[in-house]
Amino acid sequence: MKKLAGIVVFTVGLILLYGVSSLDDFPSWGTPDSPANKSPLSQYFIKNTIVDTEVPNMVTAVLADYRGYDTMFETVVIFVAGLGIFAVVRVFEHGGASRVVTADTKPDIIITNTCRLLIPLIQLFALYVLAHGHSSPGGGFQGGVIMGASFILVALAWDLDIALKRFSEKQAFICSGIGILIYAGFGLASVFLGEEFLNYGIIHKILPGVDSPEMARYYAMLGVEIGVMFTVTSIMFLIYGLLATRGKMTAGL
Amino acid sequence: MIFAFDFIILLFLIPVAIVALQLKDLLAAAMVFGIYSFLMCLLWAEMGAVDVAFTEAAVGAGVSAVFMIATIFNTKRNSSD
Amino acid sequence: MMIGLWGMISKNNLIKKLIGMSIFQTAIILFYVSVAVKSETANIPILPHHGHDYSPKIALAHAVSDDHENGGHDDHAGHQAHPVGPKIPDPDGYANPLPHVLMLTAIVVGVATLGLALAITQKIYREYGTLEEDQLLEKVRADDHG
Repeated sequence: MKKLAGIVVFTVGLILLYGVSSLDDFPSWGTPDSPANKSPLSQYFIKNTIVDTEVPNMVTAVLADYRGYDTMFETVVIFVAGLGIFAVVRVFEHGGASRVVTADTKPDIIITNTCRLLIPLIQLFALYVLAHGHSSPGGGFQGGVIMGASFILVALAWDLDIALKRFSEKQAFICSGIGILIYAGFGLASVFLGEEFLNYGIIHKILPGVDSPEMARYYAMLGVEIGVMFTVTSIMFLIYGLLATRGKMTAGL
Repeated sequence: MIFAFDFIILLFLIPVAIVALQLKDLLAAAMVFGIYSFLMCLLWAEMGAVDVAFTEAAVGAGVSAVFMIATIFNTKRNSSD
Repeated sequence: MMIGLWGMISKNNLIKKLIGMSIFQTAIILFYVSVAVKSETANIPILPHHGHDYSPKIALAHAVSDDHENGGHDDHAGHQAHPVGPKIPDPDGYANPLPHVLMLTAIVVGVATLGLALAITQKIYREYGTLEEDQLLEKVRADDHG
């Protein structure tokens, strides 16, 4: 069985290599003339991002504005994955040998004091990554993952109970739901003002201090990324808690 | 985009992937998977995809490796293959 | 990519299969990102100087303030007005941003899939006591027959 797998994989690899390298109708690597690079969508995005939205980071602009529908459903996918893990792991057998493996170590003094210094800086950096997603690499997902990792660090350096006292399970679920509602709320605000769903340009009529459709899109993108960050943070922390303790959420790693 | 740099990282990548799959100690395999993730992040950053590299660095090192280690802690640590 | 596929098919342990799946996913993302590369002189897809050279509003604001400065000086003969208008970013100078966006989604979905797969692995271990594929198959068949 394994030899068969090896032969199959080798053959497929050879076919792929042949297809990429020696046929004439594949454009050579990295030319500006390949069909992917000359497609009208890419050219439009590069030329018109700054005109339409005043956001210098093209990737964030495309992700949160031009393809905002994708991003909304991606956030929903993360939320559903968190719910799924909760549903899979949280079924308790009645009786039975449920040996909860606990690590019987007291929190070490070096680790706790280092983490006490580091964790506020990590969270500040996560907020910076979120807020600066418009003009440097970053955005909602990256900031959310870093913030979630800071909560996981609390759980690793001290006990999971202490992390749960700060950010309990119920709060985490509510937080992730709020993230998606913020995202959909921006879309619905555009619907109520007369444009299509997720067309943020019209929000400049209700946001204070914003005077043009382009700046409205700028600020709506920031709001949408905040929603994404809420969801990603809470789901990352929840998945860690559920995986590390087999759903019991008591002292684990 | 710099061809020599690409080539060296790719050359590192293949043995790392094979090692990650061949180790018998699952904890070490999770760590080597973290190394693989980091090498991919370098490769993408060098190709100009900075957002993708940032996400992979945060996700691969901070989240993916931690989830695997948490699972291995609750199941067996050594595998027979 | 092929190493990941081989790992998924032929490794016995379930967690090794998951490592193979992740290797497969990141290799595919590498393939897509390599499609987005433009020649060796292209820049990353972020406009420099916060896009001030390219944005029409800020260019208009600069033009207005320039006129205001030069407003008292138009008695010079032959004084030309500055050409007003934003520059348009040259599509050949920036890497293609569209595959980057799709791959961001792919990475995050990959993490979600990995988390869910690890949770199911834990349940299988709790139920059957082993994570090796051949022993699992025997136990499942024994359960089906018994």
